[in-house]
Amino acid sequence: MPKQSPVADDLDRPFWDACNAERLVIQHCNACGRFQHPPQPVCDSCGSAAQLVWREVSGRGTIYSYGVVYDTPISALQGDQPYNVAVIELADAPGINMMSHLPGTPVDEVPIGAPVTLIFEVTPGNGQKVPEWRVAR
Amino acid sequence: MYRTQEGMGIWEHRGKVAAVGIGHAPTARRWDDRPETSVGAWAILAIRKAMEDAGVTPDQVDGLVLPPDTTTGSYWPEGRQVPADFRNAFKQTGDPLDGIAKLSADWILANMPELKNVKWARHATTCTSMAMAGAIQAVGDGLTHTCLVVKGWHNFSGRYYQGGANALPTVAGPGKYGSSLAGPASYATAMQFQRYCHKYGKNHDMMAPFMVNSRRNGLLFPEGYWAQHRPEALTVADYINARWVAKPANLFDNDIPIHTAAAYVITTAERAKDMRQKPVYVLNHAGAGTPGGATSAGVRARSVIANLEEVEACAAATGRKLLDGAGITSGDVAFENMYDGFSLFHVFHIEGLGFAGIKRGEALDLFQTDISIEGPNPVSPSGGNIGGGRTRFWNHTDSIQQIQGRAGARQIRIPAEIGISGGFFPMWSNFVIWSATPD
Ligand SMILES: [Zn+2]
Repeated sequence: MPKQSPVADDLDRPFWDACNAERLVIQHCNACGRFQHPPQPVCDSCGSAAQLVWREVSGRGTIYSYGVVYDTPISALQGDQPYNVAVIELADAPGINMMSHLPGTPVDEVPIGAPVTLIFEVTPGNGQKVPEWRVAR
Repeated sequence: MYRTQEGMGIWEHRGKVAAVGIGHAPTARRWDDRPETSVGAWAILAIRKAMEDAGVTPDQVDGLVLPPDTTTGSYWPEGRQVPADFRNAFKQTGDPLDGIAKLSADWILANMPELKNVKWARHATTCTSMAMAGAIQAVGDGLTHTCLVVKGWHNFSGRYYQGGANALPTVAGPGKYGSSLAGPASYATAMQFQRYCHKYGKNHDMMAPFMVNSRRNGLLFPEGYWAQHRPEALTVADYINARWVAKPANLFDNDIPIHTAAAYVITTAERAKDMRQKPVYVLNHAGAGTPGGATSAGVRARSVIANLEEVEACAAATGRKLLDGAGITSGDVAFENMYDGFSLFHVFHIEGLGFAGIKRGEALDLFQTDISIEGPNPVSPSGGNIGGGRTRFWNHTDSIQQIQGRAGARQIRIPAEIGISGGFFPMWSNFVIWSATPD
């Protein structure tokens, strides 16, 4: 489903560059052993910048919850209304969630708790690839 | 200014601060472009009414707190000139939109020269409850002895949040991870409520008695939008058949943006004794947030979007802070006016407080019992934003009036000894516990 294209900045360029290479990387603090996302300049827990690294994860996860959007102010999404917006909890990055339109899942038939697998989608605005998820078969 | 930590003990000014006056401007759906109905003009009107209500003369006022942000989500169109009649009617500050699309303390003081003794003026963050809690703490601390709390809202014509960055093919900033993928402001709350229903075996239809009750109470609020402009009851069928915005949040779960203003007079318990209205004492104020001086930011989510467990934890912590600091238990709270705009998170607020003895997962069950003003557990007797329009202040007005015994047709039948009001989000809030007596 077409969506706005994210514009990378200095802080999160490694995340978006990895997406373009179809890899999902998340900031990880080696001092705390803790993932954080969205990216921050320093670790939320210990304040270190030096210990923050980008760590690749599988992207496997489960559906935590969802909503169905019928009335969005975002022009790029209006043509697809109503659409699912699910929250994905990542299996190998505890505490981290991301949002998904769950391509292939009928509107409002979202199985909370179901496993999902990562795919990447090209966005039309600037060609940036973004992570997406499908319910695992 | 803000009590956001746990384990702070009894509030140091418990019972020493009181609300004594309330003033409301009329409500309108949108500004009609006349100077005398601008958000600035209506704030002045509300301030004058609040001072008169309290029996306070302008020269007795020495403090002023207000959120300078007045938008409901509508913004002044780029390139549109400020009307000349507005410029002629009011003294201007450095910002040409001051008094129309925002409201600074400087603007109020420039246009109300009678407030000649205001020495302590502060801008609070965004919400009536932030200003209210800030004023209460300031009076307790002795920074001001008679303080105005002011909140204005402007609403212009046109749809909200359309255009601008939302119309672009690309997205920069924090929205690229979250809001650009959903859209409606109510999405996060709806998603949390969906999880709530999954977790506890509930459903959206169970909200209906709350919504019907809120509209009913709102129609008994003479200052409210629905009472003034659309005096229509809401039925269960109206509610459950309404169009979705972000399912499970429908049109009625999203409060209606309006144009209005209100003001309150907060003073010391000592001074309150000599004023016109029965004082309503503050036993405590507390909430969730990350305070910085006179401002307060929300508690940050662990990741892209706060999940239900984070919301529940924050609401429960707020409940503990409120009750512990007031030295009371939830059973002492006769009525609650916790925030409801969006309606669905009212559930999280009242479970956090443990209102009417409920635990997590039980708010919707409570809604199936008698939650009316006539019953044993009055829920949102103000009608809140759902019953009165988006202001985040009906709840404070009602709490004060209930305890003073002047809530009129909304007066609850059980004794209104202690009540609570405040908002807004479970992870970004300030609440006040009000009492008929200081001890
Ligand atoms: Zn760390």
